[in-house]
Amino acid sequence: MMKTVFRRSKVLKDCPTHYCPGCGHGIAHRLLAEVIEELDLRDRTIGIAPVGCAVLAYYYLDVDMIEVAHGRAPAVATGMKRTNPDRIIFSYQGDGDLAAIGTAEIIHAAHRAEQITVVFINNAVFGMTGGQMAPTTILGQVTATTPQGRKSNGQGYPLQVSELLALLPGTVYVERCALSSVPRIRQAKAALKHAFELQMNGAPGLSLVEILSPCPTYWRMSPSDAMKWIEEDMSKVFPIGRLKG
Amino acid sequence: MCGNEALAEAAIIAGCDAYFGYPITPQNEITAYMSRRMAEEGRVFIQSESELAAINMVFGASATGKRAMTSSSSPGISLMQEGISYLAGAELPAVIVNVMRGGPGLGNIAPAQGDYFQATRGGGHGDYKTFVLGPSSVQELADCMPLAFDLADQYRMPAIILADGILGQMMEPLTLEPKPRRQLPPKDWALTGAKDREQNIVRSLWLGEGVLEEFNKKLQARYRDIEKNEVLCEEYLLDDAEIVIVAYGIVARIARAAVIKAREEGIPVGMIRPITLWPFPSEQISRTAEEFRLFLAIEMSAGQMVQDVKLAVAGKAPVLFHGRMGGGVPTVDEVLEKIKELTVSHR
Repeated sequence: MMKTVFRRSKVLKDCPTHYCPGCGHGIAHRLLAEVIEELDLRDRTIGIAPVGCAVLAYYYLDVDMIEVAHGRAPAVATGMKRTNPDRIIFSYQGDGDLAAIGTAEIIHAAHRAEQITVVFINNAVFGMTGGQMAPTTILGQVTATTPQGRKSNGQGYPLQVSELLALLPGTVYVERCALSSVPRIRQAKAALKHAFELQMNGAPGLSLVEILSPCPTYWRMSPSDAMKWIEEDMSKVFPIGRLKG
Repeated sequence: MCGNEALAEAAIIAGCDAYFGYPITPQNEITAYMSRRMAEEGRVFIQSESELAAINMVFGASATGKRAMTSSSSPGISLMQEGISYLAGAELPAVIVNVMRGGPGLGNIAPAQGDYFQATRGGGHGDYKTFVLGPSSVQELADCMPLAFDLADQYRMPAIILADGILGQMMEPLTLEPKPRRQLPPKDWALTGAKDREQNIVRSLWLGEGVLEEFNKKLQARYRDIEKNEVLCEEYLLDDAEIVIVAYGIVARIARAAVIKAREEGIPVGMIRPITLWPFPSEQISRTAEEFRLFLAIEMSAGQMVQDVKLAVAGKAPVLFHGRMGGGVPTVDEVLEKIKELTVSHR
């Protein structure tokens, strides 16, 4: 007797992705797809792809999707959710998108308590443009624009957006997860599921799941070293765990 | 009712589902009016954190098939250009009101027409156009609104209503009534949740070789159709006119008074008043220029629309210009003087 122990989520399209080997986007997409399928939301979900490596997320996630200007996803999500309160709206944003150019939009969407779900992929670097410093780049980290390593004097400190957002009364749930091990991946899925459930249940505010995600290409590491770096270095600056809700 | 309030009420009558805006003078009456009326109607009103956010909220609402609009004034419209380019690239309808004020920079809050280039040339990055309507009375402001929504929906692109500080603030009697909608195509591209169908994607990124050029060709073909079919302009006392004034918006009101006065003094002057600034009434102007005539463009700018007049006239007749800038408004007598000067110098 053959028994099915695993199948691809129906919300995840059966095609190869354009992501680099060892990239975390593929894992995050799969978690998202599984959550949408398990909660039976495919028919009423609208997703927002960012500018960044995940700009083509609509090639992989089989839900209605839009691609928006850099950083503006929370404003677009606001326009969608307010005019369609019965739809489930999520944005999928990287650290350049959400923590640099889109800081005003995310802070104010949270401040207005928009009932949307934000998936925040933090890989401490600008991926698509070639590995430049992000607001979340950690001190000492070498990037294309911090060749001597990021220094606080002149380049500032890593920006902890989730901690900032957790302070606002308009957020109902903020959790930081990571993709650095199987238990952590399971936890990330549980967090995503919780965030979507909150929106389904009309929780009065914004839910955000930050995911520490590997970028072996621009961290100049092997995929396994990248996972180790999240555990040993990155998560010291961005502590993993529930910040609110 | 002031012009700004007329725009707002007309939008509600036209079925605007959602309004997003950020305060800026001289259009604040629209935002204030909408905050009250949209709530009464059970529709969406949001005072956004910036014009960037406002236009992107419009983007989101429009992508789900709703009628959405924003309003602002010159500096705020500059901030929206990124979003307007994305709307054009994603083929999304939207209505954007620009109650123009003096510039550049923070400028002032006096009426101006210095945003003509920005509005009629696209304004943001890339090869695109938006409808640009240039009403010249409170009644016409109101009449423009359902037209703007219909044009935007029919052609899947943004429509801009280009007003100015005087039109926004002045009060005139008007009739507000629902107008029948055009026959509009179904919004089967809208993001509504992929129920019993394949996913819909709204995007403006086209990476494959030649794909974006093909997309641009499609847009341009649409723009050529619009230029053929959607031009609106008023021709006033042209039959025997030797001098043809070209003016739009509030300036056309002033010019009309000057034309009447000049006629009383026996000067044969008429006016072409573009109502759609894009598509521009080039054909009408070109036809008028077939006979020898003298054109005088009058604007509250350093000379922007006059370039479209010159392109239309194509050297067939002299095109002169009179303009005021930075919030300066020409008077009727000032325009009359200009007409008289031309009469002397060209006879």
